[in-house]
Formats: sequence, C-alpha cells, structure tokens
Amino acid sequence: MNLKKTFLPLFNPLSKDNPVIVQVLGICSALAVTAKMEPALVMTISVTAVLALANVIISLMRNTIPSSIRIIVQLVVVAALVVVVDQVLKAWNYEVSKALSVFIGLIITNCIIMGRLEAFALNNRPWPSFLDGLGNGLGYGIILIIVSFFRELFGSGTLFGCQVFPQWWYDAGYQNNGMMILPPMALIVVACIIWAHRSINKDLQE
Amino acid sequence: MNRQSNTYTIIYSIILVVVVGVLLSVVYQALRPQQLENIQNDTKRQILAAALITPEQGQNVADLYAEHITESYIVNSKGEKVDGGTDPFEVKVDLETKKPGDERLLPVFVCKTDAGTKYIVPVYGAGLWGPIWGYIAMDSNGDTIYGAYFAHQGETPGLGAEIEKPAFSSQFEGKDIFSSTGDFQSVKVVKNGQEPSEGAYVHAISGGTITSQGVQKMLSNSLEPYSAFFKELAATAAAN
Repeated sequence: MNLKKTFLPLFNPLSKDNPVIVQVLGICSALAVTAKMEPALVMTISVTAVLALANVIISLMRNTIPSSIRIIVQLVVVAALVVVVDQVLKAWNYEVSKALSVFIGLIITNCIIMGRLEAFALNNRPWPSFLDGLGNGLGYGIILIIVSFFRELFGSGTLFGCQVFPQWWYDAGYQNNGMMILPPMALIVVACIIWAHRSINKDLQE
Repeated sequence: MNRQSNTYTIIYSIILVVVVGVLLSVVYQALRPQQLENIQNDTKRQILAAALITPEQGQNVADLYAEHITESYIVNSKGEKVDGGTDPFEVKVDLETKKPGDERLLPVFVCKTDAGTKYIVPVYGAGLWGPIWGYIAMDSNGDTIYGAYFAHQGETPGLGAEIEKPAFSSQFEGKDIFSSTGDFQSVKVVKNGQEPSEGAYVHAISGGTITSQGVQKMLSNSLEPYSAFFKELAATAAAN
C-alpha cells in the first residue's frame, strides 16, 4: 500500500473531486454563510469536524446498519453530532455560538455530509472514512473561504471585519457593491471558480 | 442474524434512538450550568453595553455588572415600584411586551457611570426572521437616550443584522423620546434622505427595511409604558 493511495481520500476532494465545484453539493450553505469571512471560516471548521466524526461513526457501524433504514440512521448520527457541537459551543465558546446562531443547526441539512456518508463511509473502513471526511470538509471550506473573500472584500470593503480599502478610495467616488452581499452573487462567484477550475483541469470538461 | 428482517430493523432503531437519546441528555445535563452562566453573563454584558460600558479583554462581566448596576427594580405603567415576585433580571421581557402596557412588569436597571446615573430598560420586538431585542440607557432627565444596544436572533448577515453594530445603535445617542410638549413619540427609524414630520429619528439600514421597521416598532411598543416612570425621573431631576 503506497502512501499516495492512502491519502487519496484526503487530497482528492481538495481540487479534482471538490464537493462544491465538482460534485456540486452544499451549494445552499455556500450561499448562506459567505457574506462575511468569519462565519464562513467557523462553518468550515464545524462542517469538517462533524463530517469527519460522522464518517468514522457510520463506518464503524456500517456492517450492522439495516439497509432499509440506513438514511435514517445516518440522519440520527449527524443530528446527534450537530446537537453536541451546538451544546459544547454554547457552554465553552458562547460568543462564537451566538455569531453562528442558526448556521450550526443547518449543518444537518448540508448535502455533503449525507452524500459522503452514503457514498463513502458505508463501504469503507474507519481510517479512510476519516480522511475522506476531513478532505471533503476542507474542500468545501476552501470554496467557502474564496467566495466569502470576494464577497466581503467587494461587498463591504472589509476582510474579517477589518477595513481594507482606504477611506480616500471612497472619497474619490468608489462604492461598495451592495449586490455582492446578496445571495445571487455567491452563485456567480461559485460559477466563476468552476470556470477557472475547469479551464485548468481539462479532463473535468464534459 | 438476518440484517434485512423487520425484527432486526426495529430492534436496531430502538437501540440507536435510546443510545443517542441518553448521550444527548447526558451532554445537556453536564453542560447546562455552564450554559446558564454564559447566558446570564451575556445578558449582563448587553445591559452594560447600553450604558456604553464594555468589558476589557479578560475582564469578568459579572464583576463589572456588580460594580456599575447599583440597583434594579420593577415599575408598572404608572411609574410605581411594584414587587413582581421576581428579580428584575429574571423578568421575561418577551412575554411582557405582548401584554397591554398597563399590565406589564417593567424592569429598570440603575447604572452608575462616569457620566452620571443612567436608567437602563429592556426592549423587545420582532425583526424579519425572528426576535430582536435590546437595552436603552436613559439620562436621568428621563427624556434623552444615553446609549442603546440591539441584538437579534437570526437577521440577515450584512443587512438586518447590522442593527447590532455600533454604527447603527450609536445614532440613538442624544435623541429625545418625548416631544417638547411632553408627548411620547419614541425614535423613528427612517430611510436615508427621508425625514419624519416630527420627532427624533435615525437612519435605517439599507437592505434591512423590515428589521429597521421592527426596531422602530419595538422602541415605541416597549418604551411607551415607561412614560410615567420617565416623567417622574424628569420631575426629580428638575427638582434637584
């Protein structure tokens, strides 16, 4: 077993098999949390943690799960993990928990999680499943961060809440693009990323 | 055992649900005290924020609260102190604001600041997606707003959610909630460039129209029952 193959589940989703721009999963939350960079970053961390853990748990249970209720079993595991993450954040990091409010609960509905459980964890051993969860979480996060970078920069003129464009730009007539804050621009930015990504990776073109 | 049989499936799901249920209740019970303390401290932070007091890095909010909030009591709509049977801190403002004004329990937090004594009152209302709330610190003349703090549960980030930013709430500083003839008129939240026919106003948030209107409604609904109390403050201040 060579090293490259072992870590394939970790690195593949970062680009060649990216959950957002290649598998086109998790688009909904890519719209919702990318107006600012900070929630995008915390969402990345939360989704990665939940996905990696859920993958491991489902992978450990994979030989016992009755196939007729496997989706429900996956859902219960994911929901339980998300509630635990939410409760732990509320107890130990109240500020972040407040900033994310409904987004944490929305992790349950993230298609990437169910998609990876169904497509990978059900048929693979725990360690590759863990790497797959980590890789997909990070692959999702990269896109979230890129999108939120452009949206926050051009929509609010800030990054992580800090002013980037100097005041004299505004005095000289520059204006923040309010459209960037609205959800449609997230789709357009994602589409631009897909465009660039496909031009580089010609084998992905259909 | 046959993994496709109904018996297996039913037993499996029962065990799964029981295990998850027990796990979640254990987590909940274990973290509850810490969470309650966080919520209380957060409320204290919000009350202080209305009086423009923010804890410094690493400073304990509870200590700061004890230092500044010297007194707290409940008044009724006639401005008389009443015994609501509960700590003013524990009054459920969300339920109170749904009652008619003269039946409400109205908490008041008296805050000593460098700029004199301020009277902090809670406000509560509805935004676009969920509740919005805040605290308003009044000068001892019972008319001028000294500071305001707003928070929300799930307003749109970048739009309605901007009400929690100082850029919005600091606009309220120095606004008078009574007209020159002593009528309650609250503070209006109007679109940039517009102006109400009378009374104090602040600029709404572009793209956050419903939330901004929510703030306006919240202020008039929550502050009006305090009118008698504020007028009494004014009378006391004038007598001194």
